[in-house]
Amino acid sequence: MSTHVISNTGVMLGRSIRHVTRSMDTVITVTIMPIAFMLLFRYVFGGAIQAGTANYTNYLMPGIALIAIASGISYTGFRLFNDMQSGIFERFHSMPIARSSVLWGHVLTSVVSNAISVVVIFAVGLLMGFRTSAGVLAWLAVAAILTLFTLSLTWVAMIAGLAASSTDGATAFSYPLVFLPFLSSAFVPTATMPGPVRAFAENQPVTSIVNAIRALFEQQPVGSDIWIALGWCVGILVVAYAFAMRVYRRKIA
Amino acid sequence: MSTAPPAVHVSGLHKSYGKLEVLKGVDFSVAAGSIFALLGSNGAGKTTVVRILSTLLKPDSGTAGVAGFDVLAQPERVRASISLTGQFAAVDAILTGRENLVMVARLRQVKNPGQVADDLLRRFGLTDAAGRRVATYSGGMRRRLDIAMSLIGDPPVIFLDEPTTGLDPEGRIEVWKEIQGLADSGTTVLLTTQYLEEAEKLADRIAILHQGTIIVSGTLADLRKLLPAAKAELVERQPTLEEIFLAVVKKEPS
Repeated sequence: MSTHVISNTGVMLGRSIRHVTRSMDTVITVTIMPIAFMLLFRYVFGGAIQAGTANYTNYLMPGIALIAIASGISYTGFRLFNDMQSGIFERFHSMPIARSSVLWGHVLTSVVSNAISVVVIFAVGLLMGFRTSAGVLAWLAVAAILTLFTLSLTWVAMIAGLAASSTDGATAFSYPLVFLPFLSSAFVPTATMPGPVRAFAENQPVTSIVNAIRALFEQQPVGSDIWIALGWCVGILVVAYAFAMRVYRRKIA
Repeated sequence: MSTAPPAVHVSGLHKSYGKLEVLKGVDFSVAAGSIFALLGSNGAGKTTVVRILSTLLKPDSGTAGVAGFDVLAQPERVRASISLTGQFAAVDAILTGRENLVMVARLRQVKNPGQVADDLLRRFGLTDAAGRRVATYSGGMRRRLDIAMSLIGDPPVIFLDEPTTGLDPEGRIEVWKEIQGLADSGTTVLLTTQYLEEAEKLADRIAILHQGTIIVSGTLADLRKLLPAAKAELVERQPTLEEIFLAVVKKEPS
């Protein structure tokens, strides 16, 4: 059976990638909305924000990438929910295939489609003046952090997709996640925030991830931020995966 | 009847959802190569039986075997021997008809997935619609595609859960023809239905599932014996509405 896992998962990945490319609204919201935020912050608010940096585009790139991922994974939940509803999930589970490939197809699609939208966003960022002298290793580290972040949130989306009883339920969980970067160091330094807000901002996952990516691009030492960032991502991943598998086992009996 | 082991064997099947007892000891078996109809009203538990046989649901007690494999002990062997066509056409609406078939063929590790898909498209009259997204298909076309997907890999046992619910009369007759064809080629078919006529037309044996148990089972002739003997009466037989509908529709060149 195990030899089938890779081939089955490949078929499942191909299937849901087609779902992504064939629903233009998915492609558009996943890339256009963060790009709109990027334009807004760079050209409208940017002039008034004292971030203590010469290049504000550089400053906001990590947060914009995280917003793109947080909104992208709501479609992962949506696609899984649709499969559960349409009966195709049951068809797959009654077939002689590796059952795990059904979920992993969705997970990999989420990683691939979010990676594509992040690449598009960085390309737009370059046009808007994003510059870095980061080397290959630093870029790889950024890619690894963003992939891990995507994986963690994808498993959160899997819980929603498996457990939801309506389309709204399968997607609404991502709204607060999209909002998290605004309450972090993504757009303004946390030092400017009033006490309780600052305390929240400095102790939530987005700030450490943003700070770590920023440091990598600026070739500064990443300090403890990267370990806190990795800790958050791995922690969310483990907890979400365990919950998702529990819901999954209850669903398929 | 041959002495071959039954293709499906169910004994003492119990299943409850919370306090609601859906199956209260269901027993039946289906001879290899035959069509078996599980008849019952909505909520009788037909789908629950099919879900247990397809390894999608575990029974609370009792045994169920398909093609000689136990659904609890050897679920993978069971899945390799069956295909399920669920109550709602489980097709991928975003993919084209051909892509749906190729996908299933790849998943079942069939050789030449493209060739298999094209053959089935031809057989089910879907060649012209092959490149269109399934979202644009009519209910009958979706159902035909659904059944075509179930045939890939030539599973010896096929479960059809209410295969004609929601179809127009023509669509229903097409599906009946395919089901008959399957049985003729040696496939065992277990179908659930709430249409008495469907069971009467297709099934070698019929079992009536009512309030969680099989209350009657046998051939149509067996079931007829349960009622008072037929009386000969002279009645002018009016055409049924279905016959009129089909006659009128066929006159129109399509």
